[in-house]
Amino acid sequence: MADPMTALNLRINGEERRVLSPTHHTLLEVLREECSLTGTKHGCELGECGVCTVLVDGQPVLSCLVLAAEVEECAIETVEGMQRGNELHPLQSTFADLGAAQCGYCTPGILLTAQALIADNPQPSDGEIREALSGNLCRCTGYHKIIEAVRWAAALERGEADAKPPSEALYGSPLPRISPPSAQEEDPRQEKG
Amino acid sequence: MKRFEGLEKLTGRTLFIDDLPLENCLWGATVRSPAARGTIRQVRVPNHLEGSGLVLVDHRDLPGPNVVSLITDDWPILAAETVRHRYEPVMLVAAESRAAARRAAAQIEVVVDPLPAALDFRQTPTAEQIQVGDDNVLKQLKIERGEVDEALAAAPIVVEGEYETGAQEHVYLEPQGMAAWLDGEVVVVHGSLQCPYYVESALTRALDLPAERVRVIQAATGGGFGGKEDFPSIVAIHAALLAIKAQRPIKLIYDRGEDMAATTKRHPAWIRHRTGLSEEGQILAHDIEVVLDGGAYVTLSPVVLSRGMIHAAGPYACDHVRIRGRAMMTNSVPFGAFRGFGAPQTLFAIERHMDVIAKQIGVDPVKLRRLNLLTDGQATATGQVIDDGTDRQQVLSRALDLSRFTYKRSQHTAFNAEHAYLRRGIGLACFFHGAGFTGSGERAMKSLLHVAGLADGRVEVLSASTEIGQGTTTIFTQIAADQLRLDPEQILIAQPDTWRVPDNGPTVASRTTMVVGRLIERACDNLRERVGLDAAATGTELQAALVAWHEEHPDEELLGSARYQQPPGIEWDDETYRGDAYSAYGWATYVAEVEVDLRTYTARVIDFVAVQEIGKVLNETLARGQIQGGVVQGIGWALLEECRWQEGGMANHQLTNYIIPTSDDVPSIRVAFLENPYPHGGQGAKGIGELPLDGPAPAIFNAVAAATGVDPRVLPLVPERLMELIEQ
Repeated sequence: MADPMTALNLRINGEERRVLSPTHHTLLEVLREECSLTGTKHGCELGECGVCTVLVDGQPVLSCLVLAAEVEECAIETVEGMQRGNELHPLQSTFADLGAAQCGYCTPGILLTAQALIADNPQPSDGEIREALSGNLCRCTGYHKIIEAVRWAAALERGEADAKPPSEALYGSPLPRISPPSAQEEDPRQEKG
Repeated sequence: MKRFEGLEKLTGRTLFIDDLPLENCLWGATVRSPAARGTIRQVRVPNHLEGSGLVLVDHRDLPGPNVVSLITDDWPILAAETVRHRYEPVMLVAAESRAAARRAAAQIEVVVDPLPAALDFRQTPTAEQIQVGDDNVLKQLKIERGEVDEALAAAPIVVEGEYETGAQEHVYLEPQGMAAWLDGEVVVVHGSLQCPYYVESALTRALDLPAERVRVIQAATGGGFGGKEDFPSIVAIHAALLAIKAQRPIKLIYDRGEDMAATTKRHPAWIRHRTGLSEEGQILAHDIEVVLDGGAYVTLSPVVLSRGMIHAAGPYACDHVRIRGRAMMTNSVPFGAFRGFGAPQTLFAIERHMDVIAKQIGVDPVKLRRLNLLTDGQATATGQVIDDGTDRQQVLSRALDLSRFTYKRSQHTAFNAEHAYLRRGIGLACFFHGAGFTGSGERAMKSLLHVAGLADGRVEVLSASTEIGQGTTTIFTQIAADQLRLDPEQILIAQPDTWRVPDNGPTVASRTTMVVGRLIERACDNLRERVGLDAAATGTELQAALVAWHEEHPDEELLGSARYQQPPGIEWDDETYRGDAYSAYGWATYVAEVEVDLRTYTARVIDFVAVQEIGKVLNETLARGQIQGGVVQGIGWALLEECRWQEGGMANHQLTNYIIPTSDDVPSIRVAFLENPYPHGGQGAKGIGELPLDGPAPAIFNAVAAATGVDPRVLPLVPERLMELIEQ
């Protein structure tokens, strides 16, 4: 028994596409299967993990929860459309510089969520970034590099070229060899901060 | 150096296995057991599915023995007569689409006559629940040094404590998945995995094929954390069986719910400490019992138990130590490899126990640790004399300074006295993590690695170590480029493919940079020698020599090679469990500051400091990513992530109610490294991957105890559990 098919007119990354797909197919399925745009990832199919996030008319949408037929008149953006000609999107370059993509599976969804945030709010606070990204799970990074990369990309978009975040880790000098325990730790005057 | 594969991942070009275009492929799905234990009476395939072109595979389709090759031959590929856990695979189907395969699998009914299931690893099984030996014990081990009973009897103070930790699901963002197809006589399996040669050996045995007829290729892998060490062998064999039966390519991709329900997880543990102490708090004797829930089959439980036990006495000196451990068989999903591999469980227990001791005998928890921390010349539980020159007191001091520990403590006293419903506290954990395989593991593995000098002057690293998000390809590029004085662009990293790369061991045990990195250095030296150059040669000279060599030897392969050599002075006895358990340890102190809301009984980490000595830091960005990522996974394990069990199956096998940390849940995490280069590690590095999972849970629990005065000992500390403690 063949599934009923529907012909759809979709606008994906600025390109008009006519797609024939099973009527019940989600936007995720149509992007990945009918359009071969596999940058949008297949995760939980229940709207829990965020890896399938795309932009629909500029808003982040979980493509596993939306039927393709619902977004016929909309502008759909995926990770494949983020680059501006040969130039990386600022988010892509700050993520690369800070190593904010580790295994990379959550990355496309996070990039698009962040793109929508920056477009809406050019100077997001850390709290706003955290809140915006809280529907996109990441299991590798602990989120900090991602948050820094978003903040930096927002600054680049505002034209602040020197916004690179400060040194990443607190580095120790080479570890001293055997020495007695620090005598100062009980003295709060030694505390800096 | 920036990540080697970063740009592909950032532009959506990386092909994970589900993304791979595979012409003419069928989709696989798995039919699973509905019961925790029982006899399979019947597998009912509805009439309309029979003869519908659906491909069906069960245990009778296996050419080889029905076992997943690992440590013990007890893990069936497809259940035959009996099942030992819910969601155990029984039958495989393949259909023209993912949806059709799933629909068909859902209509096939496995009818099981139930038998009494062993569901609580802490309880002695009844006669009807016995399924392994005469006691359901999968593995038993003992570490003993000194005269423990005498020392305990003579100790002025003895402090006892029991601690428990729950299961943890890996939640790699990319679910398990494999593609399989036939290339003439050869079975090719391509997919998401950590250890290509584990999968190869499992496949050759199950399919009864020689190694030359099996080829395993790693695809881009969306996270592993140990979950893609043992389990991918099953997915790979299943996909291959379907491909052979259908004579068409197969994609077998788990969905999230199936992955969470059916795959391995971190071992739950119960740990009891009896500690003999002097009046001042010096540890005189340890008597420790470790019990792990092994789940339905052995998988890697013996080695998880052994690593857990070796870490159970913590980074402290003590001459009289007894650690008894066992892994119990139960009718739940098999527990397997997960970042930390037993050490997070036992380090949670000892580090929470240290604070329990401190409170009981009235000694400051920092002083108690200072008094007992190993100094060079002292021995660990297995009798390994530590003399690496690392000043562990200094690691602790740095963590106290960065977290402003003492100052915060006094601030919290004032804050807690005033605030209506918030309570703040700060806690610490001192710990260590052995890098590389336990005991004689590295020697037995005899890892081999090649670097190929190419005709165009570039160099390709041929290694079975996999990139799973941690940065293998970047570190390997960096090490090879430095060693040969070449630009990183001149280095290629081969995709792990058992037909192209030698077996330099699995990507596990925090061994990649330390052990395999060192092999790369030595293989690079060997390559240089093969073209007649010495260690002083520049990159330009090397490249010219490579080009010249190939002109003289057309169509030949030029390889530099290295095989693992054990660092000198390492002795280990597998029989007595005595000796040098690991060639190197990372040392760390983590500090957590928490805030408990007495209205909601939630504990939230508000600041975190992670200080560690891990040899030389090779790439600050990657190292920090490993630490911060591990800390957040540890915060999840401590406070949020609870597997809820229902008749041996995970009931909350979805991310709606199995909660992992989001960007909104993570505190500031300040990471500091102290460096003491390890002479036998790649560029001086020691292992780093697992260490950060060990420290967060005990530091957080100690902070909650400091904040509220309660004594939490069962992990995870979800609000329900904290409420019980506070209301008592």
